Amino acid sequence: MKFRGSAVSAEAAAFYGPYPCDFLPSTRLMSNTSQHQSPVETLKMTTPLISALAIEKSYVKGQHKVPVLHGAGLTAQRGEFISVVGQSGSGKSTLLHVMGLLDSPDVGEVLLEGKRIDNLQQSSRDQLRNHVFGFIFQFYHLLPELTLLENVMTPLMIRHSFLSYWKKRKEIRQQAMDILQQVGLEHRIKHRPSELSGGEMQRGAIARALIARPEILLADEPTGNLDSATGGEIMETLTQLNEENQLTIVMVTHDEAVAQKAHRIVRLAEGRIATVAHEEAA
Amino acid sequence: MYKILLCLRYLRTRYIALASIVSVMLGVATMIVVNSVMAGFTNEMRDRIHGFLADVVVESRSMSGILDSQRQMATVQGAAGEFIAAMTPTVEVPAMITYSDPVSGERFTQSIQLVGIDPGGKAQVGPLKTYLDSYNSIIDEGEVLRRPLRPADTDPGWELTDHAKTYRRMMKQQQMLFLQEETPLTGIPVPAPQFEGQPASGPASDDDVAPPVFSDTPENAVATDEAPVAPPDFDMPFQSSSQAEAAADPTAPLSARVFLGEQITSFQARDPETGKLHKVNMVNPGDDILITTIQSDTPPEPISFSATVVDMFRSGMSEYDGQLVLMNLEELQRNRGMILNGEDAITSIQIKLHNYDDSDEVVKRLRAAFPPGTVTVSTWEAKQGLLLSAVEVETAILNVLLFMIIAVAGFGILAIFFMIVVEKTRDIGILKSLGASSKGVMSIFLSYGLGLGVVGSAAGVAIGLLFVHYINEIEDGLSWITGRKVFDEKIYYFFEIPTQVNPLMVMWVALGAIAIAVLASVLPARRASRLHPVRALRYE
Repeated sequence: MKFRGSAVSAEAAAFYGPYPCDFLPSTRLMSNTSQHQSPVETLKMTTPLISALAIEKSYVKGQHKVPVLHGAGLTAQRGEFISVVGQSGSGKSTLLHVMGLLDSPDVGEVLLEGKRIDNLQQSSRDQLRNHVFGFIFQFYHLLPELTLLENVMTPLMIRHSFLSYWKKRKEIRQQAMDILQQVGLEHRIKHRPSELSGGEMQRGAIARALIARPEILLADEPTGNLDSATGGEIMETLTQLNEENQLTIVMVTHDEAVAQKAHRIVRLAEGRIATVAHEEAA
Repeated sequence: MYKILLCLRYLRTRYIALASIVSVMLGVATMIVVNSVMAGFTNEMRDRIHGFLADVVVESRSMSGILDSQRQMATVQGAAGEFIAAMTPTVEVPAMITYSDPVSGERFTQSIQLVGIDPGGKAQVGPLKTYLDSYNSIIDEGEVLRRPLRPADTDPGWELTDHAKTYRRMMKQQQMLFLQEETPLTGIPVPAPQFEGQPASGPASDDDVAPPVFSDTPENAVATDEAPVAPPDFDMPFQSSSQAEAAADPTAPLSARVFLGEQITSFQARDPETGKLHKVNMVNPGDDILITTIQSDTPPEPISFSATVVDMFRSGMSEYDGQLVLMNLEELQRNRGMILNGEDAITSIQIKLHNYDDSDEVVKRLRAAFPPGTVTVSTWEAKQGLLLSAVEVETAILNVLLFMIIAVAGFGILAIFFMIVVEKTRDIGILKSLGASSKGVMSIFLSYGLGLGVVGSAAGVAIGLLFVHYINEIEDGLSWITGRKVFDEKIYYFFEIPTQVNPLMVMWVALGAIAIAVLASVLPARRASRLHPVRALRYE
């Protein structure tokens, strides 16, 4: 892990020149090409899609410093489906947040296609979150004031200014409708989150995460609040997305059965990587 | 885009925001109502202050005045004639009046300002007719108690109304009866006129009476009566009892006539039964009063004479109504010895302009036209500067106080917004995880504040304007509910609450309220924008 990390960071340093202005277009371009299977296979060996390297992170609670991550790292290739398991407090959510730029590491780096992204300016980080990452949370986190359709459209509303949104509003709406159809919620678009069931809300949250066409889906206990049947449905949706759309998924869970659905399971204990289990069969 | 959507959605769904809107609305409405009423009152006040003052007044510096009113007016005409609509000469002197309360017989003496006018001329330079009691109805609580005694199209003059004549005749006859039956000795102290030897320019100088003797006594009436106007065709039921005075009509009014400021001889009394305030007049038109003033000689000698009250006037300004006594000009000039060799002296000329905006130019020209040191030329605003600035200061202070109301609403918004930010912490985290920038989150809350301000102001403006428009109906309603008059026209002299809506003021109030709402949302919005997304998401 350590060796690999340093090699990548050397590459990243060589890569640093044209950066950061045309960072986003380049990733968009790559994601388009990645629809084909073959270039992904070749890229896979050289540059992982995302890697978090030797992350250390601690929180200050009152006067005490509570360490959460001690040099934990995680690397995901394009199209990979990774489960992160561990006990409560093992730092798995924090690792996910650091990878998704919701939080910044005290020590360590987060690389996206070999380029460091954790030290970018706030506005670039906001844009990356909007374009590259899709989040799913345990408590769905849909905005209670908006209808399901509006919730799903939110990432694109954030992306576009008022004018360009107005120009593209039909297109965006159609896009949202398509995605909602995909997750089987087209009949609930006018409903508020409070009028939906847990499974519906989570599927709505997945739809919201997908509308921005992210590179990486970061799921924080997506089934944690659902019964096993509904959780199974959600997991099916996720696996399907991973298989059909080659969506890279990093999922945090403490449910072993759920974790088994992934290609690979990363175990975290006390802020460190314990084991990495490969399971090619999904 | 999401900012606008969320902001609108928050406005619609957060009922707690309604409290902010209501507080902004109430503040704005109150400010508009109070400002409009204040402006209405101020306007009315200005009109009333202006009331007895002409636009521009030329005043002599000495009490004896300047000679030859015709020539002085010609000077004025020559200097600034093109601006002048009308002018009238007047004589203004400090004086005292003495009158007795008809009920208790008690005698009162009061200092006043005596103004000699020509009613026709005075009516041209300012409103006189509308102020005179006999041209107005008496209205009490919406009921007309008395119709105008004179038709509105007649010019004001020194004639008594029929009403006053009847009253005077009645009073005189009562007095004569009373004197003959009970105090037959009153005839003895017929006073020798003390102030004789005035320049005998007038046709009669026989109107002087001794100060200690009250003018209502028939002796004085006899002594002073020259009956120039009283028609002899009175029906006299007690003629037989007063044969001695038959030659001259004892009930005819005196040659000195006055309009009395209505507050001089009246007071407000509370009816012991109903508890209502009502006005008690101690002197009525047709009564005689005694006036004491000074002659125009140096050093000034005091003089006294009796005068018949022709009318009462009410300008609505207590400065005037409690101070001024208007008298026929020639009579005052004669009494003060201001007529010399056919030339009459005056103390001031009141001038009405076509357009008051020219007043500065007129004042400048008139100052140049008169020899230095003889006259003072001033506009009415300069003469009443203190009063006017007091009104302005009052308005300004009230505005500051009222703006604090809106500031209170601002703090309400601040508190409510902090609550909303706490409530929305999770949503803020979600938005940030979806890529919303801190600025974006901040602008949600700023535009939320703006929205509250705009909605609150709009509602406040609407309510305020409606309130102002229906203020008299509202006042009636309140009076009906509380059972006592909220706005007593007897105290304020207005039949309606005067209002004046100034569009600029409304605009400023609305803008100020919106600005306060936005300012109050700055702190919560900053706090929201600085929330750490992870911490916000953890918030359950």
